[in-house]
Amino acid sequence: MTTLSAVARRARWWNHARVRRIGAYVFAGIVVALVTGPGGSEGHYSNGLRHGLLAPRVIPFIVGGLVVWAAVELGGRQLYRVRPLVTTVVSGSQRRWQSPVVRLVSYGLLLVVAIVYPMHISEFWRVVAANEIAIYVLLAIGLNVVIGFAGLLDLGYIAFFAIGAYATAYFTGRLPIHAPFTLNPFLVIPLAIGLALISGVILGFPTLRLRGDYLAIVTLGFGEIVYEFAKNQQGITTGSAGVFNIPHFSIHLLDINYDWGLPSLPYYYVSLGFIVVVMFLFSRLENSRVGRAWTAIREDEVAAAATGVATLKYKLMAFAIGASTSGLAGVLFASKVGSITPDAFTLQYSILVLVLVIFGGMGSIAGVALGAAVLTWLPELLRTHVNPQNRFIYFGMLIIIMMIFRPQGLLPSRRRAREIRFAEAGLEGADALGPTPGSGLTS
Amino acid sequence: MTVAAEKQPAVDRDVCIEVSNVTLRFGGVTSLADAGLSLRRGEVLAVIGPNGAGKTSLFNCLTGVYRPQEGNVLYRSRGGREVSLLDRKPHQICRLGVARTFQNIRLFAALTAFENVKIGAEIRQRTGPIGAMLGMPWVRRAERVSDEHAHDLLAFVGVQHRSNIIASALAYGEQRRLEIARALATDPEVLLLDEPAAGTNPAEKRDLESLINRINKELGVTVLLIEHDMRLVMSVAMNVVVLNFGRVIASGTPAEVQGDPAVVEAYLGTPADGGDGDAAPR
Repeated sequence: MTTLSAVARRARWWNHARVRRIGAYVFAGIVVALVTGPGGSEGHYSNGLRHGLLAPRVIPFIVGGLVVWAAVELGGRQLYRVRPLVTTVVSGSQRRWQSPVVRLVSYGLLLVVAIVYPMHISEFWRVVAANEIAIYVLLAIGLNVVIGFAGLLDLGYIAFFAIGAYATAYFTGRLPIHAPFTLNPFLVIPLAIGLALISGVILGFPTLRLRGDYLAIVTLGFGEIVYEFAKNQQGITTGSAGVFNIPHFSIHLLDINYDWGLPSLPYYYVSLGFIVVVMFLFSRLENSRVGRAWTAIREDEVAAAATGVATLKYKLMAFAIGASTSGLAGVLFASKVGSITPDAFTLQYSILVLVLVIFGGMGSIAGVALGAAVLTWLPELLRTHVNPQNRFIYFGMLIIIMMIFRPQGLLPSRRRAREIRFAEAGLEGADALGPTPGSGLTS
Repeated sequence: MTVAAEKQPAVDRDVCIEVSNVTLRFGGVTSLADAGLSLRRGEVLAVIGPNGAGKTSLFNCLTGVYRPQEGNVLYRSRGGREVSLLDRKPHQICRLGVARTFQNIRLFAALTAFENVKIGAEIRQRTGPIGAMLGMPWVRRAERVSDEHAHDLLAFVGVQHRSNIIASALAYGEQRRLEIARALATDPEVLLLDEPAAGTNPAEKRDLESLINRINKELGVTVLLIEHDMRLVMSVAMNVVVLNFGRVIASGTPAEVQGDPAVVEAYLGTPADGGDGDAAPR
């Protein structure tokens, strides 16, 4: 009897799965209508809802949802026929991507675009490119070494950026405490890289024995210490008043005299140069013994140690390399913007860089650079399209959608993409940031 | 036991791992109690015992994962160097020449079979991050050396046709053999195998048997083996040590151990009515 009634229930037309999915498509249509519709504003919070839902403009979206439903549900077989075609095209392009010539040419074209395109944009976008995109791309590439390659969760990453920036202020004589000599910011770069590297090692040596969540908390604490120090030690860092008039880069060699002044474009090119060099070096590193050791540690630290990988040494190396990249970005930032305040180095920015890395695709250098560029460019773009105060709502929404539908990031690294597939299939050794299975074993 | 007594003088010279009086406790639980064994160079020694007898704990003490409260573990390398394996980190022990595999296979799942072995093959290389970033010639040379070594070992264990497949996509038996290849890539003098036959089918067990023999004979690697499969133990092991509740209850040749009443008791329990004494561990 029960089975009979179950059959009867299933037979009702409105219980049919295909029919029930209509609701989902209509709902999706309404959501799209809301998102693309007028935004709310401070005085009228429900503005968007009223104009999105009650105005006649919602109707075409609902109809659109129904059309998509009909296309998918009734024309489904045709769609499935398209699918193998799509996969051949995709896998074909992947195969072609593996050829070094194709890759070199594509990277070359991208570089040309990155060089030529900024010449034709307004000063506003040049400032965005030099002050934000270039700096964040560099930061993300550095953090990618720590998180993407070695699998260490660092929540105090921006502290090394601060160290680079304050080192610039110190060595150019803009801090209350005076350096024994003052230097051109260009010459501060190696010093700042060295300082960030040393502080990375100092932080890493006692703490890298910890793993996963514990390491994250410790690095978070380190970030706070650096921030509070910059804010409160007025005699050393000028405190929350900030440092001003940090000189621009300049070259005075023989007959060459060039000053990077206020315009953003020259700074953008310097940063671009550093980014290209760093990307090239790090991709070499990824495919070396060091990169393999990092992957081994990330996948299974116990097995890595049992196979002879000096885990602490390689983790320190990742930390130091990431930190020095951050320090380099700090010099570029301080010299370009000319003034720094402690508020540029809060936890929020550490998390932002982390988001950039995850969004772009942990472990993939090109992906991380692209992700950072897109995510720093987007809020500026939204500024002119939506209520500027609301733009980070869209930003947040994009990240949520991205993580649900493409957790591996924009351009995932091959190794990481596999790990995510294993995680979804419930296989071992897959958790990217958490402790490795059985990791309680080692001291 | 008279056999062992006669061998005593010879044993001293070519023992490569000497475990003496090792006691390991976790809080109130004693995992190893005064355990000892000597592993002679060139032999295949099996450690057997019921579940929870402390076999894997013993391996973990040998490889620096656990630090026993008492006792000592001495290791004599081929060069005659004599060091204690306690107080050393797992990677240092591996570099000294003691490699291991795990009971539950622990490969680097997202790397290819080839990359897994290569990580083992390059642990003694001296190339650093800066050389790698700049693509120095000596780095390329080192890469070629480890490439070759990894290829040879994949062929040795018989998974060379799968070298570009990611480790987690390999069949179970292949994963077992790949893990052995990874351990062998570190160029060990002693190989510790933790239940290599667990979960493998009879055909794979036969392959494993010949593989262990070849590791021992062709590569000259001393093997310490934990295994439950008695047929495999009887066929590859020259000597057997039996652990029960963290104690060594018997040692000797497989045949001697098989007939030992203490071993029978450990596996089958004390007979209530005296029982027959000739049951043997399976």
